[in-house]
Amino acid sequence: MSSEILFRPAHEIAAAVAARRTTARAVTEAAIAHIEATNGKLGAFTDPTFGRALAEADAVDAAVAAGNAPPLAGVPYSVKNLFDIEGVVTRAGSKINRDNPPAKADAFLIQKMKTAGAVLLGGVNMGEYAYDFTGENAHDGASLNPHDTGRMSGGSSGGSGTSIAAGMVAASLGSDTNGSIRVPSSFCGLFGLKPTFARLSRGGSFPFCASLDHLGPLARSARDLALLFDALQGDDPNDPAQVVRPKLATTAALNRGIDGLRIAVAGGYFRERGEPEAFAAVDTAAKALDATREVIVPEAARARAAAYTITTSESAALHLRHLRTRPGDYDPDVRDRLISGAMVPATWVIQAHRFRAWYRDALRKLFTEVDIILAPATPFHALESGTKTVTLDGVTMPARPNIGIFAQPISFAGLPVVAAPIWLPGAQLPIGVQVIAPAWREDLALRVAHHLEETGTAAAPVAAREAA
Amino acid sequence: MSKPFDAEAHVRHMAKVMELTIAAEWEPTVIANMQTTATVAELVLSFPLDDHVEPATKFEA
Repeated sequence: MSSEILFRPAHEIAAAVAARRTTARAVTEAAIAHIEATNGKLGAFTDPTFGRALAEADAVDAAVAAGNAPPLAGVPYSVKNLFDIEGVVTRAGSKINRDNPPAKADAFLIQKMKTAGAVLLGGVNMGEYAYDFTGENAHDGASLNPHDTGRMSGGSSGGSGTSIAAGMVAASLGSDTNGSIRVPSSFCGLFGLKPTFARLSRGGSFPFCASLDHLGPLARSARDLALLFDALQGDDPNDPAQVVRPKLATTAALNRGIDGLRIAVAGGYFRERGEPEAFAAVDTAAKALDATREVIVPEAARARAAAYTITTSESAALHLRHLRTRPGDYDPDVRDRLISGAMVPATWVIQAHRFRAWYRDALRKLFTEVDIILAPATPFHALESGTKTVTLDGVTMPARPNIGIFAQPISFAGLPVVAAPIWLPGAQLPIGVQVIAPAWREDLALRVAHHLEETGTAAAPVAAREAA
Repeated sequence: MSKPFDAEAHVRHMAKVMELTIAAEWEPTVIANMQTTATVAELVLSFPLDDHVEPATKFEA
């Protein structure tokens, strides 16, 4: 029973635990056994917390027995290893941060998950300091794609993608600065939510680029994302960027469907520089949603350029001390980007922030005409591990930075996005579609993603056991 | 920019300014990254903005 339910979506696990058809301990023990059996091959978990998980599970079972089943009762989950876990060193994918003392407290969002009854199995692999789209790590090895272990999981929340797609856990918390939730969601075939910028607290997580950092959940269904998002909201004075907003009840809104929503497809920039599967996935979603209108996201290429400029310079400032004293301890790919980032003239960065204000206003105007915009999440299926270059529209370019070309202009505007996984006819790999909503309307993106799932257009199955 | 950006000269100058030591084998990649940043930044710099558009940064006293 428990090994079977481990592969079900989080909301089904919580319902089974709440109804006492199984126990949180049984689900947790099944998760531990599955992780121990598969992690050596897949490289997801770096910091397992199995003792803690069993204690949390027992506390959930006690609450259920007392008639107080929490909303995420017994849901096994992982966190990208940039989240503080009490008693664990927050490595953030790096060698350097391993010299830090263990975290004294859980990150704010982990506290929220605990209150909601979820069970933390541990920290998972990520690209060093989140400056990555591949899921490869110079120190811990790669987190592999459970649907094809010769391919990337996608980064930088690669271990989050691997751990869910392999069925080790039902959900994970990741971070997304330029696409790092949406890319592994696309490559590993998962639902991923990048909330509105400044919505969820980043308290107790290691930063990458504070101007653009978001935290959010990944899971195997849109309903799971809604349950998690509802549990994760809350005001935290330890995140100076967080905007205090009324709590949004997204789970209750799922059944409102898509009636009345004005849904459009992003044209122009978002129909170029991609493989056919990226556009076919968007077309499949658009057909299921009866969306025939095309809109142009203004200056998307410049938005990506501005995000790139801010990211490289702001992250370099964060790392300047260690770039001077310990440059040899970085992943070489990350180090060489950070060093050049430390040399960016201030005026370039400030102009990028000025452009961001213009771009935000332009997108606000666009969203007076539509409620949802669809766009590819990545330009292609998961790449083979070690891929260095890709050729798009006849132009050969470096693979790593271009995996996020469709994700980056959207997060730059801070808009909420659900990545929904599409399996095209005959395809052996999934690919994600971004369901983009106006600021602070995660509920709309989740409703549309839920509709895609309910109609069988989007799906996030656990990878075949022989592959995982 | 009217003249092509000289990423190599910029990196060598800024390494001294920023007190960064760049091993010889890293330098080509650092220069390539600097050139990429200059190219994308030019896209931003060439966009006309009204004088009253303020940076989208946040600070509350």
